[in-house]
Amino acid sequence: MEKGRKNKKSRHIMRILKPYLLIAPAILGIMLFTVYPAIKMVFWSFYDVNQLNPAKTKFVGMKNYVKIFHSTDFVKSLKNTGIYTLWTVVFIMLCAVVLAIWLGRKKDKFSKFTQAAMFLPHIISMISVGLIFAQMMGVNNGLLNEILVAVGLERCQWTQSSSTALMSVILVAVWKAIGYYTVIIMGSLQSIPDSIYEAAALDDASKLTTLRKITIPLISPQLFFTLIIMTIGSFKVFETIRVMTAGGPNNSTNSLVYYVYQQVFTKYDIGRAAAGGTVLFIIVGILTILYFALLSKKVHYQ
Amino acid sequence: MYKKKQKIAGFIGVIAKILICLIFLFPFLWMISISLQTATESSRAPITFIPASPQWQNFVTAWNMAPFGLYLKNSIIIIFSIVILQSLVMVPAAYAFAKFKFKGRGFLFGLVLVAFMMPVQVTFLPVYYMMGDWRLVNTLIPQILPHMTNAFGIFLLRQYFMQVPDELLEAARLDNASELKILGKIMLPMSKPAISAIALLSFVGHWNDYFWPLMMTRADAVRPLTVGIAALKDAEGNNNWNVIMAGNMFLVMPLVLIYIFASKFIINSFTYSGIK
Repeated sequence: MEKGRKNKKSRHIMRILKPYLLIAPAILGIMLFTVYPAIKMVFWSFYDVNQLNPAKTKFVGMKNYVKIFHSTDFVKSLKNTGIYTLWTVVFIMLCAVVLAIWLGRKKDKFSKFTQAAMFLPHIISMISVGLIFAQMMGVNNGLLNEILVAVGLERCQWTQSSSTALMSVILVAVWKAIGYYTVIIMGSLQSIPDSIYEAAALDDASKLTTLRKITIPLISPQLFFTLIIMTIGSFKVFETIRVMTAGGPNNSTNSLVYYVYQQVFTKYDIGRAAAGGTVLFIIVGILTILYFALLSKKVHYQ
Repeated sequence: MYKKKQKIAGFIGVIAKILICLIFLFPFLWMISISLQTATESSRAPITFIPASPQWQNFVTAWNMAPFGLYLKNSIIIIFSIVILQSLVMVPAAYAFAKFKFKGRGFLFGLVLVAFMMPVQVTFLPVYYMMGDWRLVNTLIPQILPHMTNAFGIFLLRQYFMQVPDELLEAARLDNASELKILGKIMLPMSKPAISAIALLSFVGHWNDYFWPLMMTRADAVRPLTVGIAALKDAEGNNNWNVIMAGNMFLVMPLVLIYIFASKFIINSFTYSGIK
């Protein structure tokens, strides 16, 4: 009798505990490798960190931030990252929307092959893609300049000149991502019911009107979410810069993440690296909050 | 008149598609071509499209320039460990979030979303020092353990699990089936597409990952392929592109080959992660 009740009680406790035990490893991983390090990074940004002798680490308030925002390197890298993000997002969006609308309703084999060809760069590492383009962008013996010369244009300096280097890096990012976003946007196009198009056709709406008045407005919420995801991704640009330009020439391609990398690996300044990382954290944080705020609004309206 | 117009449109369409295919595929063919050229061919002007005689030994040269066998072994060990570890952590968590009501579920799921959005560029430094404190820097663990929670995987798998009818689970519980059995016999078989997609994404993502391994490693012995190939470029500078591209082939070709046979599955898996 007594034993039975005890058993029942422990079964009850077990039932309450079960879901917590099931998620425990996942939450442990998040706390240990995401939440704690992120807090620590922000914490370090207010300290003069001395890794060799932790006792010498001291609180310096906003000094790291004052230092980085007064250093031309950091301001330049922030500006470059902004320009890079703006252009990659605009180019990818325009190309992907046009290609998705054009290819979206075609089901023939050649269209499917084109789609698959466009998608391929997305699964290849940014390192590999950066290396291939670094070779193709050679000024005297690169493929791209050969093509420019062949059609009667001037040789481009690509990554060798500070006026074209950032554009070269943008070009690679756009080339790599177009196919992926085309497929994503094709997915949202397919969610528009055929009946709407049939109704438009009955009203003798022209193709352009249908596009302007039906297609674009109906996919614009999804386009906006895609835009935010793209922006977050672009703010983290690093690999292409690492293998194509090393931030140069003249800091013209230095980016936020590359700046953080330099502070860690060449300047050994953890405090500044942490301050730079925190700036990235804030930017991504704002974009993420925007994303979820809009998402909940959208769900609300539906 | 109308027919003629359509014919012209169709023709322009075909030309456009050929152009697009060229733009996206040619760089890969170009990499293959360079990897088979001599050092002179790959660096002189005018450029060489098809090497006079294919230099297969470039691959041997590249392979021996750095410990590529070791890099490849590290890449494979890291990826398989990550995929297995992530599955063990992800499946029970997704099951709990999908099929149990408990206090704090909303908050804890919010944590999963935070982990999903958090850039590794914000967390790498403290993690590296933590690994140092744990005396693990010269092992592969810093490249495996921090990836144990696949937040996106939990998110996607939870959606699949939620579609499994509750009646099915209750019937199984009445038959005294253990949770392990319910997971293995009901939940997982019904979520095969999601699990294979998540595993593929994880595989491709970590095969290509560069930032994390670069930040976590200070010695060749624990480096994966990506870091090795970027180092090969650093060592060669802008010379010997043929050898650099041969090295690059080690990283690119396995994925291209898989893609040729399973492009539809791969595209579908990747676009799960898109915004629905």
